[in-house]
Amino acid sequence: MSDWTPSERELERRAVRRRQATRSTVVATGVTVLVFGLLALGVVSSPGWQRVHETFFDGFHARESFDAILDGFWINVKLFMICEPLILVLALAIALARNARAAWLTPVRLLAALYTDVIRGVPTILLIVLFAFGMPALQLEGVPNSALFWCGVALVVSYSAYVAEVFRAGIDSIHPSQVQSAIALGLSRPQALRHVVVPQAVRRVVPPLLNDFVSLQKDTALVSSAGIFDALFAARDYGNFNFNYTPLVVVAAFFVVMTVPLARFCDWLQRRWMERERAGAL
Amino acid sequence: MAVSGATSERTVGTSLVVLDGVNKWFGELHVLKDINLTVARGEVVVVIGPSGSGKSTLCRAINRLETVDQGTISLDGLPLPQEGKALANLRAEVGMVFQSFNLFAHKTILENVTLGPVKVRGVKPAEAEARARELLDRVGVGQQAGKYPAQLSGGQQQRVAIARALAMEPKVMLFDEPTSALDPEMIAEVLDVMVDLARRGMTMVVVTHEMGFARTAADRVLFMSDGAIVEENTPEEFFTNPRSERAKDFLGKILRH
Repeated sequence: MSDWTPSERELERRAVRRRQATRSTVVATGVTVLVFGLLALGVVSSPGWQRVHETFFDGFHARESFDAILDGFWINVKLFMICEPLILVLALAIALARNARAAWLTPVRLLAALYTDVIRGVPTILLIVLFAFGMPALQLEGVPNSALFWCGVALVVSYSAYVAEVFRAGIDSIHPSQVQSAIALGLSRPQALRHVVVPQAVRRVVPPLLNDFVSLQKDTALVSSAGIFDALFAARDYGNFNFNYTPLVVVAAFFVVMTVPLARFCDWLQRRWMERERAGAL
Repeated sequence: MAVSGATSERTVGTSLVVLDGVNKWFGELHVLKDINLTVARGEVVVVIGPSGSGKSTLCRAINRLETVDQGTISLDGLPLPQEGKALANLRAEVGMVFQSFNLFAHKTILENVTLGPVKVRGVKPAEAEARARELLDRVGVGQQAGKYPAQLSGGQQQRVAIARALAMEPKVMLFDEPTSALDPEMIAEVLDVMVDLARRGMTMVVVTHEMGFARTAADRVLFMSDGAIVEENTPEEFFTNPRSERAKDFLGKILRH
């Protein structure tokens, strides 16, 4: 190590910085406590609070309904875990189809455009109801006829249209010079897409993708409208039976607990990529 | 795979790149006018000229990043294929270095250099890596192999781009204003690599304004203006005694400061 010691002036600078840091911490803490305290006070002192507290925040009912909600929530989690990878694959395929250049792929390109336009125009809840009640009625051979299966299909169909647009935006954002240098090396256009464009595009669209993930996690609750006994259905079932809506708040807590870690994880991943690939250009 | 190294001897003569009556239009604009050019094996040709004179387009036409409307371009005796696998194979034989480096931002320096050999030539990854490290050492960025392009200076990035092109063992190297985006210090380090390449006998077509490089390494200077080759001479003759008015005018402008 060197024998460098900070000068008087440097020590002074550090002291000032320390004082500034302390001051900003004190201010931040004070203001936060004050604002949240006032908000809580406002809610608690409202005339109907007693009633709301009993109906929505009752510890006994929360405990009583917990197991049923947990069982139902497992369906939401399974739906999400199975649908999400399928959505990613299908959406990427659709995005690539829309970006196809070759003349003979024109029908594919048009089909992909039509798919994203039409599907995004139909409310997800409507797709779920249509698929869950309509498809089993077709009595198709070789595919499951359960409402849950078709709810999953509806979610995949609906979300892949949105996610496809996200991927397409990412692909379009990669500068053409990247493709040119890949092609100049002798890579074919599909190889350039596979090794150069898509990996960069995917990194770039992680934040909007995450947004759609979170949205999908919550939208798995839409299957309750097709009579699937998921967390929301379980909560409503309990609430209607006991005249208490605490379970709805419990369900909300379940969803929040599931989405927050995912958001943190994606932020971390994004930061890591940014640090090395855009060093100095942040 | 139709692959052969720089020592292929398919043709008897010495001409490697031949452009014959090449014309190109961008809409109304006639960007390449009757270009006839023969580059011999091992020759270093510098293309110079004002911006918009068509020198970059000429450079990019040689590996068909730009198509031409008339005339033929052939490499090592074979005309450029129109598209598909054959065209990709041809591009693998022609190394290209761009003004803006164009390294793959999501791949490390080493991966940038091995991608082509592994995916196009089918070289085994370990072999490609060994070769890549050799090339990176040669251009002086061996220490940076594990970094990402954004973590390197412009001069280092451009040297990596040269190594990346060399990894394909091309028959000819095209440089499209390789130093125009760099500071003087970095220009020198890139030019050193290029001069070394020329000494080793690489066939090169270089679009540049670096007269120092042209004087040291070029066998021939082409002066382009308004899409046509106006003058062709040895570097010494061209710079000290330009014949055409347009060349005199151009040199007068760039030498004034």
